[in-house]
Amino acid sequence: MIYREAGQFKTTYASDQAIFPIREDRVAVAAIVAAAFAVPLVASEYWLQAVLIPFLVYALAALGLNLLTGYAGQLSLGTGGFMAVGAYSAFKITTAFPQVNILAVFVLSGLIAAAVGLVFGVPSLRIKGFYLAVATLAAQFFLLWLFNKVAWFTNYASSGTITAPPRSVLGVMVTGPGATAEARYVVALAVVALFALLAKNLVRSRVGRSWMAIRDRDIAAEIIGVRPLRAKLLAFGISSFLCGVAGAEYVFLYLGSAETLAFDVNVSFLVLFMIIIGGLGSVLGSFLGAGFIVLVPIFLTNAPHLVGLSLPVALQKQIELMVFGGLILFFLIVEPHGLARLWQITKEKLRLWPFPY
Amino acid sequence: MKLRTTLVGVLAVVLALAPGAAIAQGAKELFFPLLVYRTGPYAPSGIPSANGLRDYLTLLNERDGGINGVRIAIEECETQYDTKQGVECYERLKSKNPVLVNPYSTGITYQLIPKAAVDKIPLHSMGYGMTAAADGRWFPWVFNFPTTYWSQASAVIRYIAQQEGGFEKLKGKKIAHVYHNSPYGKEANPTLEELARRHGFELTLLAVDHPGQEQKSTWLQIRRLNPDWTYVSGWGVMNQVAVKEAAAINFRMDRLIGNWWTGSEADVVPAGDAAKGYKSTTFHAAGTNHKVIQDILKYVYDRGKGAGDRNRIGEVLYNRGVVNAMFDTEAIRTAMAKFGNKPPTGEQVRWGFEHLTLTDKRLEELGMKGFTHPVKVTCEDHEGNGPVLIQQWDGKQWKVISDWIQPIREVVRPKLEAAAEQEGKKLGYAKRDCSKEM
Amino acid sequence: MLEALRAVLVAPVADMAGAPAFLMEVLIGGVFAGLMYSLVALGFVLIFKASGVFNFAQGVMVLFAALTLVGLMERGVPVAAALLLTVAVMVALAFGIERVVLRPLVNQEHIILFMATIGLTFFLEGFGEMLWGSSVKKLDVGIPDTSFKVAGVLINRLELTAAVTAAVLVAVLAVFFQRTRIGRALRAVADDHEAALSLGIPLKTIWVIVWAVAGLVAIVAGIMWGAKSGVQFSLSLIALKALPVLILGGLTSVPGAIAGGLIIGVGEKVAEVYWGPLVGGAIENWFAYVVALAVLLVRPQGLLGEKIIERV
Repeated sequence: MIYREAGQFKTTYASDQAIFPIREDRVAVAAIVAAAFAVPLVASEYWLQAVLIPFLVYALAALGLNLLTGYAGQLSLGTGGFMAVGAYSAFKITTAFPQVNILAVFVLSGLIAAAVGLVFGVPSLRIKGFYLAVATLAAQFFLLWLFNKVAWFTNYASSGTITAPPRSVLGVMVTGPGATAEARYVVALAVVALFALLAKNLVRSRVGRSWMAIRDRDIAAEIIGVRPLRAKLLAFGISSFLCGVAGAEYVFLYLGSAETLAFDVNVSFLVLFMIIIGGLGSVLGSFLGAGFIVLVPIFLTNAPHLVGLSLPVALQKQIELMVFGGLILFFLIVEPHGLARLWQITKEKLRLWPFPY
Repeated sequence: MKLRTTLVGVLAVVLALAPGAAIAQGAKELFFPLLVYRTGPYAPSGIPSANGLRDYLTLLNERDGGINGVRIAIEECETQYDTKQGVECYERLKSKNPVLVNPYSTGITYQLIPKAAVDKIPLHSMGYGMTAAADGRWFPWVFNFPTTYWSQASAVIRYIAQQEGGFEKLKGKKIAHVYHNSPYGKEANPTLEELARRHGFELTLLAVDHPGQEQKSTWLQIRRLNPDWTYVSGWGVMNQVAVKEAAAINFRMDRLIGNWWTGSEADVVPAGDAAKGYKSTTFHAAGTNHKVIQDILKYVYDRGKGAGDRNRIGEVLYNRGVVNAMFDTEAIRTAMAKFGNKPPTGEQVRWGFEHLTLTDKRLEELGMKGFTHPVKVTCEDHEGNGPVLIQQWDGKQWKVISDWIQPIREVVRPKLEAAAEQEGKKLGYAKRDCSKEM
Repeated sequence: MLEALRAVLVAPVADMAGAPAFLMEVLIGGVFAGLMYSLVALGFVLIFKASGVFNFAQGVMVLFAALTLVGLMERGVPVAAALLLTVAVMVALAFGIERVVLRPLVNQEHIILFMATIGLTFFLEGFGEMLWGSSVKKLDVGIPDTSFKVAGVLINRLELTAAVTAAVLVAVLAVFFQRTRIGRALRAVADDHEAALSLGIPLKTIWVIVWAVAGLVAIVAGIMWGAKSGVQFSLSLIALKALPVLILGGLTSVPGAIAGGLIIGVGEKVAEVYWGPLVGGAIENWFAYVVALAVLLVRPQGLLGEKIIERV
């Protein structure tokens, strides 16, 4: 009833190929984005700092990995390593050139991560599937070892950690101890919204289609004229770019300071979980998956308080783990293709509602 | 399918309503949050520490009715030693006006250092965290007394010198440092290198990658090198494996010294008898002989309010938790002496920390004579430059075997001040003039 | 420049030649460590071979098995009975997994099944800790942890036992796969699910058997690793050390897991001891992956994995 496309005629190719061809979708997306920017007006610092900022940062990393794994079909467990490249590059650039706008620094560090990603993407031309995971794990472990070992990356800090220095955009502090959670949230949101839009466009372009062709049957793709070298490396490059930006944000907007352990292999796994749970090959899925992995544990931690139950923290954490594992299984069994697919099905139903047949 | 959609919907709604529901607390209570890690890979260390901290606070509530009549509201938050979860905990607990925070993890400490000044909540990272924060002129909100990794490393060298018969005997001796390959593990390296230059001993640094379940190659190198002494800065499973591997290559256990996070009951249990003779540093006694521990048994455990297993009271890390809680509550007491017997603000507790003077007499009143060393914290010195003890595992328990060993301050302090300047500037801080402080 | 080349190429080799007894020790250490990795990798291989599932939960199964065994022993159950009970628990676990996880997800893509085992991992982590607590527990299996010398080479009894156990286990599994009826059925299922089904091989039973056998392997791995570091939560992290071994050897090959273990074990020890100091040490972790990567570039299916044949 409220969601239907009857009466919406498409008279040009452009309108037929729009990202959101249905008016209700456009309205809804515009409303969600607007609401997201309005969130700092109402949300507490806890919500912004502990929930929403990590959600946005992880969503960006998941988006990056989803392009590589979901669209181009190349399994990667090097996300943490590529994020670390972004973070350490951003730190080096901004400490060496404090006058450069921090947003430009993010982009530059993304480009450096992309270059590193290209190098570690080369084995993908020969190695496939789970075997490829090892190539990317080599990147993960080697990069972290390098950042840990070479003191130059931390500017020879005695603490061995990198810290986000105070930087501002348009006169507003966005990183460092003086930046408010609101400012950091808005930057993270703007960045992820921009890149989500770019990604959405990218995946329906020639590049995106070549990725999907490679993913679905690489030999066939090669025969119809997709160049695997170019397509795969491009996927590694763009994916690492997004992961790199996410890594820079991870330190500059979320954690504030970090050691290499903040990017260990668990981060790589976590981002992979996000895209599988959210939906491989779906931009929306990256967000839903990040939401699931970031929000559900926090919700489970807080749930007993809400109902006035006071459990010992250890028992609570153990139950939380069990429920979280159970939920993953539950959602996979309900819809193996992820939350994005679940949403799509809901939408199909909604189109016909309230008169399904 | 309907049901599914509904379920998802319900979940979404509940999620939306889940912000940290604050439990209202009386104005007469002071809120003391505990970031603990009772689960996960580091839980063997986390559990006794958390129990000790909590039990001492409960003791004050049960025996004295709180601190100067102000009851302590305790709330634990589980971090699993994970930085992200620690941040979540901190942000959730922050809304309840905590008087101070003990992060209980190096990663979380680094996270909270920039926040402490903004949120006006003092940070006490007792014997961990950022060593440079010991210079209070740069880091007014961060405290790491009674002593730091750098002081500890220098004290270990002094101890070795004592055993060898003087600093001049160190010349030509071989000392190895086996460390967790992380900023934490590397803390001692610059100090050790400096001392090696001064005293002419041969220092070998051997890194063990996280998590450290496999250390064969490290200990093979030790075996070949055959150092006179080996110092271990380990963490988690690395500790147990290191002790075991050292035993397996027949390294002399009484020449193997762990740092204070590498010397608890959990670290020697898997090695069993082979660990006998193993030494580690500490800054307090283990065991249950002291009055304060007896009081905990009497007022807390006999009333069924204990946080953990009665039989594990007196373990090294348990007692460390007790010491930590004592330092913090004494700082709060110091603050109350100036600002009145009501729940203090974070700012007032910070003042209390900077004017904390724990004398032997006060320790005796607290039932802790000989339990730990007197401490004096000042505006400049947030470390207290405390001495350390050497304890030894006799197969059943940890026993203190040395006197208090002073750190080599003339080596440590200048390095520390230089580091503080570097770290402070990174955060955009300016140096305080301590003579202008109250 | 020449100096650097010398340090990288000549000095370590000269070092090896100069102290052959020590080199022997390094090699033996590598072999022992490698076999310990193989023990964990075996569990992965069994499950991947028969059901195409990359079982992320193998590490936590090792932890769970060891926790159960030690937990029972701590409660006064004699060793033999505790061992039997643990076996029973692992078999029950296999039944549960087949019923709850695998059956509803039959015919799904690999990556989905992989994710399901991750859900299982979280569940087992929480469950194991809730049942048995998080403290470090000493696992005493009655093998003296002492060393003896053979021709100047120091050998640890516990490690020797572990290595022999791993070798025996592989031999038994190889015989099981090659000679027994169930083993043949397992191989049939591995080759082609549908063909196996049409021949009357009960797929569900086979899966339960495979997961149960992987559970048994997990017990052995848990005992060996647990004896080394005490039984504690970190045991579940050893999966990461098994990963390069597994991939180097080939996901589908039992002997591959052993060969992979030996190559990685010896390779990383030699690299760490002789080349590690040049770059500051702790290179083992990534070195293992680089070795695996190098092998994969030559053989994309792993050393002994089944050749991947691709058609359009």
